[in-house]
Parts: sequence; C-alpha cells; structure tokens
Amino acid sequence: MSARNYLFSGFGGQGILFIGKFLAYKGLIEDKQVSWLPSYGPEMRGGTASCSVIVSDEPVGSPIVSNPDVLIAMNLPSLDRFEDKVVPGGVIFADSTLIERKVKRDDVTVYYIPATALASENKMPTLANMIIGGKILKVFNEFDEQSVRNALGKVISAKHADMLEVNLKAMQIGADYE
Amino acid sequence: MADKVLMKGNEAIAEAAIIAGCRHYFGYPITPQTEVAAYMAKKMPKIGGVFLQAESEIAAINMVYGVSSAGKRVMTSSSSPGISLKGEGLSYLAGSDLPALVVNVQRGGPGLGGIQPSQSDYFQATRGGGHGDYHMIVLAPASVQEMAELTVKGFELADKYRMTSMILADGTMGQMMEPVSLDFDVAPAPEKPWATTGTKMQREHNIVNSLSLVPEELEQLNFERYKRYKIVEENETRYEEYMVDDADIVIAAFGIAARVSKNAVNEARAQGIKAGLIRPITLWPFPKAPFKKAATHAKAMISVELSMGQMIEDVQLATECRVPVTLCNRAGGMIPSPEQVLEAIKEADKNGGAK
Repeated sequence: MSARNYLFSGFGGQGILFIGKFLAYKGLIEDKQVSWLPSYGPEMRGGTASCSVIVSDEPVGSPIVSNPDVLIAMNLPSLDRFEDKVVPGGVIFADSTLIERKVKRDDVTVYYIPATALASENKMPTLANMIIGGKILKVFNEFDEQSVRNALGKVISAKHADMLEVNLKAMQIGADYE
Repeated sequence: MADKVLMKGNEAIAEAAIIAGCRHYFGYPITPQTEVAAYMAKKMPKIGGVFLQAESEIAAINMVYGVSSAGKRVMTSSSSPGISLKGEGLSYLAGSDLPALVVNVQRGGPGLGGIQPSQSDYFQATRGGGHGDYHMIVLAPASVQEMAELTVKGFELADKYRMTSMILADGTMGQMMEPVSLDFDVAPAPEKPWATTGTKMQREHNIVNSLSLVPEELEQLNFERYKRYKIVEENETRYEEYMVDDADIVIAAFGIAARVSKNAVNEARAQGIKAGLIRPITLWPFPKAPFKKAATHAKAMISVELSMGQMIEDVQLATECRVPVTLCNRAGGMIPSPEQVLEAIKEADKNGGAK
C-alpha cells in the first residue's frame, strides 16, 4: 500500500469522525503518514458528517479526499452524494440497515453490512461505526487485535476507558460478519 | 524524538503557545478557530495561566496590549471577521512596539462571509491590517506540525523584534488532525527593560504609548521601526522549495494551497512536465530571492490561492514581471483541486512565455 484515501460519511452522531480518527491513529501507531480532515460546515449542523482520512507510506500532500479509494457510507444521502466519486476499482462499505438500495456502479467492490441492526441486536446501539470499522480492517487484512487495542486506547479518552472492550467487541462483530 | 500525537491544528497552536511560555490568552469564539480557545480554557487554569473570554474581539486585542506592556508572552486568536475587529489594536501594538502573537484561521469573506477555509486575508495580514506604516511578521503553516512550530517561532520573533507575529492559517489547517511532535527547544523570553513592571522606586517610569504629537519625533519613530523591519527582511525570510531547480513551471502557494499544489507537481512530473513549487512560509517578509532566481529558468509561474489573487502581486513584484504569472484559484470557502492545478500547469506549459 502506498496510500489509501478514505471518505467516511453519515449522520452526525453515528461516530463518523471517531472511526476516522481511529483509523488515522492506527496508521500513526504503525508508522504510516496520516491525515484526518472533518467537514465542519453548515451541512454538519444540518445532520451530515463526513471526514477524509489518508493513510500513506509517503508524506501526505493534500488532506482533502475528493475521490476516495474507500467510501464508508452510513446513510443513503452519503451514498447518493459520494458513490460516483469513488475511484474505479475502489471499495464501498455501506450500512445496509439504513441504505435500502444497492450500489449502481459495477467497477467497485461493495460490502453491505447491516451495521445499525447488528449494533442494536448486540446492545451496543452507538457502535455501528466500529462494526463497519472491523469489517474494513478484515477486508484489508489489517485486523490485528493488539494493534486495534492500541489504537482504541489512543482514541478513547481516559474518562471512558471502560468502553474499550465493547468497542473491540463491536469491531470483532464487524470482522466476523460475512 | 518524543512520541507523536494526533492533534487538530488549532489544538497544536494552543499547546505550542503554552510550551512557549504563554500564560495569557484572550479571545472570542468564532469558527473555524474555536478549538484554540477551548483548549486554552481547559489548560490555562490548571497551569496557573489566564484564559479569558472577552466581551468582544476588540476587548481581547486590547487585553493583549495590556499584558504585552507588562512584558509577558500573550496571544489572541480569531478568524477573518474577528481579525478585522482587532485591526485597531494591531495598529496600536505596532505603534507601541509591543510583541504579541495573533492567530488568524481564515474563512471566506468579505463581510461575515462563510465558515469554510480561505486565504483572502493575505493583503490584510501582509500589509498591516490596521492604519499607519507598519508590518507584522506573517507566518503561514502548511501542516499541523508547522502550526505548532511556527507558534513557538512566532513568540520568539515577536520578542526579538518587538513586533506582532501573525499565524495566517485557514480552516483546513485549523480543523485537520495530523501527527505532531511537541518536543521543542524554546528560547526563553529576552529581558524586557521597557516593560511596565513597576519601578520599585529604583528607576524611571516606563511608558508604553503609541501617541506622539510632534511630527519630527513621530517620523523618527517610523524611521527607526523600518530599520528594524529591514533586519527582519534580511534575517527571517523562510520558504520551502520543491523540485524548483530545473522547473519550467513554478507554482507559488502557501498553506493548504501548497499541499494541493504538491500533489499537482508530482502528477505533472509523472507526465513529463518539469513543475516545481515555492512555498513561502513567511508571507511578510516575502521570500523574494527564490522567486527571482526561479525566474531565470522558469518559463511561467502560477500563483495558487484560495482568494481572488492577492499573493500573485508579490510574486510579480519579486520576479519583476520577467515571466508571466497566472492565477489558479477558488474563493469564498472553496479549495482548488489537484486536478485544477494540474490543468493550470499544462496550460502554462503549452503557452509558456508566450503571453
């Protein structure tokens, strides 16, 4: 991997910025070059949140991801807005609980994960983001428990340290979902 | 090297200021720089410092004037419309030769404008911002690491030359997170024999003032100040060059525009076009020398800006109009894409020198 450009998008409150931050920290721990850029515009206040994350072997140039290698769409407006932006050969992860339609393109790989439903079934309703995160790591063959633990330790504040295990469990659920 | 942490640019500025010994922060919230104030509000009380949310930007800059008069490292931060409000205070700081650090995390304007990133306060920053003959040292970070480093540098330069240092960032620099190392060597603040720290009945009163009603004397103060500015121009100019040595097409860009341009330069090189980038780190003093030198081999230059074209004038002045300089820009909170810059490079390569 020389560089992987992620775009995360969904509703405010789905943990879009958090899962992006997790992947950036995981990259940092693994000695990669990383950047994380949130949307902070009026659209965020209206309910949409998105963030650009770049994990690279080389220094990161522009931190803005307009054409992602990997799109994580956690609601329908996000898929509608960004589906066409994904590079050919790219990957889309879609929360199929909240997105009823299929991806229209045939030049990308798509993973449908009913993350919101899985989160709710497992009594962790706020962790759909981490379920998708687990799936991403699995797909890219980057699910190393120790490394995941280390990165979670960095992004979960000391005040909420007891949330680490449940986050890890959510990621495991995502990784195991076929 | 110490462990790197992920921080937002705004937080990196705040932490670096604390490391630099700043214990007084005055501000008023405005997107996209509010994290500076939030960080200070959290940290300052724990380390015996002062965080104060003033009733307005004007009040905040005048509190900066007060603390600086007393000889302490002090800062304020805001975004474009808030900086306009501080304009009067910036002029008074200059007129009183007071050191200070002022951060502008720019957003689109004019007026209240928007909250998305912009570089359209370039003229305001590099030409002074307030009334009268004066300059600020203007530092333009292009990474979170530089947000921190230039904050420390800004305090040092401000003290050294008794000037205001301004960090001229933009919304992306403030909001993005990148790994940052906060392992700095900070030069201790120099002695400030002019500061109003109390005479203890041992010396004459120090007076900090910008009023001078005798024109001959005021002229002299201006002359003296500009001698100092000359030294700053000679010693403190900073820039980064990227693939400029053999470049036919040279891009001028700072901050986020330089990050975008670097992608475009790499892509242009991959396509066989000799492109390069000069990134001013100090916008005042402007790095004229590398542009003048590049003008001897480049056939065209492109100023890439998040504005309607402001720095382009400095590029034209620095190159004495020996090569055509075109503008590649977005405005109002929009950011040029690497593709847009690449197109501008191809265009310049095709037409180079013909204009």
